[in-house]
Order: sequence, then C-alpha cells, then structure tokens
Amino acid sequence: MAIEVQESNQAKAPGRMGDKVFSTSSLVAGSLILAVLAAVAIFLVAQSLPAFLADPADVNDGQGFWTYVIPLVFGTIWAAALALVIALPFAIGIALFISHFAPRKLAQGLGYVIDLLAAVPSVVFGLWGITVLAPAVQPFYSWLVDNLGWIPLFAGPVSGTGRSILTVAVVLAVMILPIITALSREIFLQTPRLHEEAALALGATRWEMIKVAVLPFGRPGIISATMLGLGRALGETMAVAMVLSPSVIISFALIQSQNPTTIAANIALNFPEAHDLGVNVLIATGLILFLITLLVNSLARMVINRRKAFSGAN
Amino acid sequence: MSALVVPAPTSARHLSKTVMWITAGVSALVAFGIFAVLSAAGISEGFNIVAAVFVSAILFVLLSYVLSRIVEGRRKASDRLATGLVTTAFIVALLPLVSLVSTAFVNGLPRLDATFFNSSMRNVVGEGGGGLHAIIGTLEITLAATVISVPIGIMTAIYLVEYGTGRLAKAITFFVDVMTGIPSIVAGLFAFALFAIVLGPGIRFGIGGAVALSILMIPVVVRSTEEMLKLVPNELREASYALGVPKWLTIVKIVIPTAIGGIITGVMLSISRIIGETAPLLIIVGMSTSMNYNLFSDRMATLPVFVYTQYASQGSDAQAYIDRAWTGALVLIFIVMALNLIARLVSKLLAPKGLR
Repeated sequence: MAIEVQESNQAKAPGRMGDKVFSTSSLVAGSLILAVLAAVAIFLVAQSLPAFLADPADVNDGQGFWTYVIPLVFGTIWAAALALVIALPFAIGIALFISHFAPRKLAQGLGYVIDLLAAVPSVVFGLWGITVLAPAVQPFYSWLVDNLGWIPLFAGPVSGTGRSILTVAVVLAVMILPIITALSREIFLQTPRLHEEAALALGATRWEMIKVAVLPFGRPGIISATMLGLGRALGETMAVAMVLSPSVIISFALIQSQNPTTIAANIALNFPEAHDLGVNVLIATGLILFLITLLVNSLARMVINRRKAFSGAN
Repeated sequence: MSALVVPAPTSARHLSKTVMWITAGVSALVAFGIFAVLSAAGISEGFNIVAAVFVSAILFVLLSYVLSRIVEGRRKASDRLATGLVTTAFIVALLPLVSLVSTAFVNGLPRLDATFFNSSMRNVVGEGGGGLHAIIGTLEITLAATVISVPIGIMTAIYLVEYGTGRLAKAITFFVDVMTGIPSIVAGLFAFALFAIVLGPGIRFGIGGAVALSILMIPVVVRSTEEMLKLVPNELREASYALGVPKWLTIVKIVIPTAIGGIITGVMLSISRIIGETAPLLIIVGMSTSMNYNLFSDRMATLPVFVYTQYASQGSDAQAYIDRAWTGALVLIFIVMALNLIARLVSKLLAPKGLR
C-alpha cells in the first residue's frame, strides 16, 4: 500500500512538470501572435515615418506625399467597390442555389467546385484576365461607348486593349466570389428549419419562403460576408498589377485606357526598382492600405460577433 | 410579407414538365439561330458558343416567366423566375473557372516537357529553359513557412480551446481575426521592414519570404485547428481526467489524435493558400534566373514570381516567355488542386468514427 502511494506520487511529479511546460508553451505561442501583430504595426510605422516627415519637395517629384497617395486610395476603393457590386448578386444567388435549390446530394460537391475558384493563385487570375478576358470584353466596351457613351461611366475614348478598371473589377469579383458565397451559404443553411416549414405550410412558394424566412435571418451574415469580401478585394495585388495599365488620376470612367491604379498594385510594380525615400513612401502607402483593410475587417467581425450572441437564443 | 398575409390564390393549373422542356428547346433554337445568322452574315467573328448558351438561358427564364404568369399566376411565375435566375447565377460563375482551367491547359501543355522540370533559366534567352529553380524555391520557402507556422498555430489553438479564459484569450481571438484580413502585400512589406532594419536596406532572401508567408498562414492554421479541437467531445477529456491522466497528456494522447484528421486538413488548405502567393515574395525574395538552394542568402526564384516575371518582362522571343509563364501557371494549379484534393481525402479517412 505504502509503496503504491509512493509510486503514484512519483508519477504525479513529472505530470505536473509536463503540465507546466505545456501550458506555458501554448501561452507563449498565443502571446507570440499578439507580439507579431504589434511588430507588424511598429515596423511599418517605423519604416514609413521618413515618408510622412520628409520635405514635400523630395517626395513624388516635389508634389508631396498626399497628392501621391490620394489617387491611389481612390483607385483602391473604387476597384474594390466595383468588384463588390458585380460579385454580390452572383454570390447570393449561388449561395441560395447550393443551400436551397440544388438537389441535396449534389449540394456539397457544388460547394467544392466554387471553393476551387478560391484555390486558384492570384497570379494565374492575372494571366487569365490579360490574355482571355480583356480581349474578349473589348468589343463589348466599344459597343458600350458607341451606344451608351452619354453615361459618364461609359465615356470614351474606349481602351483599345480592354485592360480597363472594369476588367479588373470583373477579375476581382471572380476572386472574392468564393469567400462571400461560402459564408452566406453557411448562414443560409443555419436558418431555423421551423421558420422555413412554417412558411411553406402557409402555402408560400419556395421563393416566398426564402424571402420571408431565409433572407431576413441571413441579412447580418450577408453584410459581414460582403465586408470580408471587400477586405479581400482591397488587398488584391497581382491581378490588378498585371491587368491594369496604371496612371495617377482620379476618374470614374470605367472603360478608358487611363485608369486609376490601386495601392497594392502600385507597390508591386514599383517596389523592385525603388530606393532610399521611394521605399519609405511605398511602405507608407502599404500602412494606409493596412489601416483601410483593418477598419473594414473589424466592422465585419463586429457584425458577426453581435450576430453570434443573438443566435445563441435559437 | 404581404403575399403571405393576403395570399393571392395560386392557380390550380400547372405547367407540365413537357411544356418546360419545349420552352427550353425553343429558346435554345432561337438563340443559336440568331448567333448562327450573325456569324453567317459576318457581323460577329465566328460562332460565339458562350454567348449563345448565355442568351438561350436568359430567353428560357423570361419565356417560362411569361408562360407561367399566364397559366399559373403571379406567385408561381415569380417562383420560377427566381429559380431560373439563381441557377443562371451558378452557371455563369462556373464560366470563369472552366475558361481559366482550359486556357491554362491549352497554353501550358506545349512547354510541359522534361526540360521545364530539369533546367533553370540561367543563360537562357528566348526558347528553352525551365522552372526547376522556381519549383525548388517555392518548395523550400513553403516548407520553411510551414515549419514556422504549424507549431505556433497549433499551440495557439490549444491555448485558446484548452487553457485560455478571460481577456488574453479574447484578445488573441480578435487579433487572429485581424491577421486573417492582412493583405498579402502588407505581410511582404512587414518582412521587408523588419529585415531591412536589422540587416540593412535592399535585403532580399528566402527566409524573409517564409516569414511573410507565415503571417498569412498562422491565422488560417489557428482558426481551423480551433474549430477541430472544439468538436472533440468533453466526455473524452473528462474520462481521461477521471483515470488520473494529467491535462497535457490528455491533450497529447486524447484530444489531438481525435482531431488529427481535421488539423491536417486545415494545415494542407493553409499551405495551398500560401503556395500561390506572389506579392510578398516579389518584395522580399525577389527573382533570380539561377538555382539557389540557400534560404539565408541572395534572391531566390519562386513559381508564382516566375510566372509573373516571365509575363511581365518578355524578351525578344515573346512567345517563348508567354509559354513558360502558362506552363508555370499550370504547374501551380496542379499543385494547389492536388493539395486541396489530398486535404479532403485526409479529412475523410482520418475522421474519428463518432464524428463521421
């Protein structure tokens, strides 16, 4: 008996030791993430301070930092917003198709197919956009300018190559489609079964059931999925860098050859050749991009988290 | 809402399946007819099959709406319209995927030969040359990023699920979400800013790319591992504690083996996400035309950057460069799809019996 007690005491000691080592290392790993994020912010700020503090005469051929950044910020938001306008109706349609229209057995497979779009590397999207999409839509752009040119958005002269901001927006839309679809599909599938069946029992058609039960339930989910998609579109680099022929302007025209470019694409195109203060200026624009996406993503997360607390009641 | 409060009676008359098939046939005939006439008259160049399919789908949706409106009434008609539109949205979304994959195959196959896999671009101008240096670079950098991210990611997830309570855990969860949203180019800039301060400006080397990719990979690993650990039933943990097993051994021997399938799937999916990243590598790793096995010095070639530079800076024989770019893209697509497929298989094969 006494021996047994002794043994169990001996066995306990390394157990406690192991516990301590394990819990500490997991704590360290967790804290490391906070440290890394802090480091990202600190190093970006440290490297971009020279650009903010520099004499405006030295930056951007003497025009100053902000005249350089503002067109880029505009281009970033404009391209992402266009992509969102194109992607959102399709994403909701596809999510509904997979969650409520497609045959049950097919639904999961169809979901995988859409997820495959998310797996395609962005540089391949860029290659596709420039060799396939741009030439394919150019005749359509010409038609738009000829027939709808009086609308400022479609004002001429038309881009001869099809490499305009609308083409970029289409490529971006394809790229953010999977993330919006995946999230809204999840939300739609969570609709309480009783709500759906109650609507159907009242004689609603399938579309009416979706209108009164599924969409109201899923609205916060759709909003946050949209914001996350927007965050992805804001930071997309290669597709924009490859497809667009950039210039530093602010213009809403969709299909001209002069297009505003985005922060990320601008960094990718200019960084390899940049030196001295030019590097700091590019890092500063990166910091601004980081802040914009941080804002958009935090808003999305807040909506999702509020939603979680609410759906706990179900 | 009003439709349900005062339901307009749906008509008893019903459009049979035969009628719908005939409608579909008619709209296809009309659309293909229009495009055949257009191409015969020389107004459009060639027969545009994508547009023809698209127009016939739209025609079918509109026709069946009108027919259903006449025969079945407003409510059923809008139901048919919604079904049609939603299905069309799905099919339209498949078009870019099909077009992209088929273009990559058609343009990439000509150079998918032995030379591509056994030579670099050293001293190559014009035709010939390959992507071996880029493939090696991608493998090394991705492996390094995985070695950095997986332990940190899994340990963080264990902390969040098994140990974490209170403020710190909440903060970590929030900031992991924030990290998910970091644009890839910002991750590259961070790695550059970090190493430029330590090692001097103009620094370019492979391990920096691995650090940048880890920033993108860690949150994905944390998220997926966390979800999987949460799925492990508490009864298993309690049974283990009841037998006197210490907490860390419970985690190592009970919790992780139960969730291992999902954890591996998550890791593979996160690898497939970062292996195609271009922007951060362009900034911190740069590009080279020769083999470089050393992660810690000098520029390295990677497959995505190889694709980009082959396209962006074409030499005198432009077609050779474009062909190489597409072959690189095709190899990249193969790798990513294979990773995705293996990940799904692993999650099916290793799923614990109770959760399958």
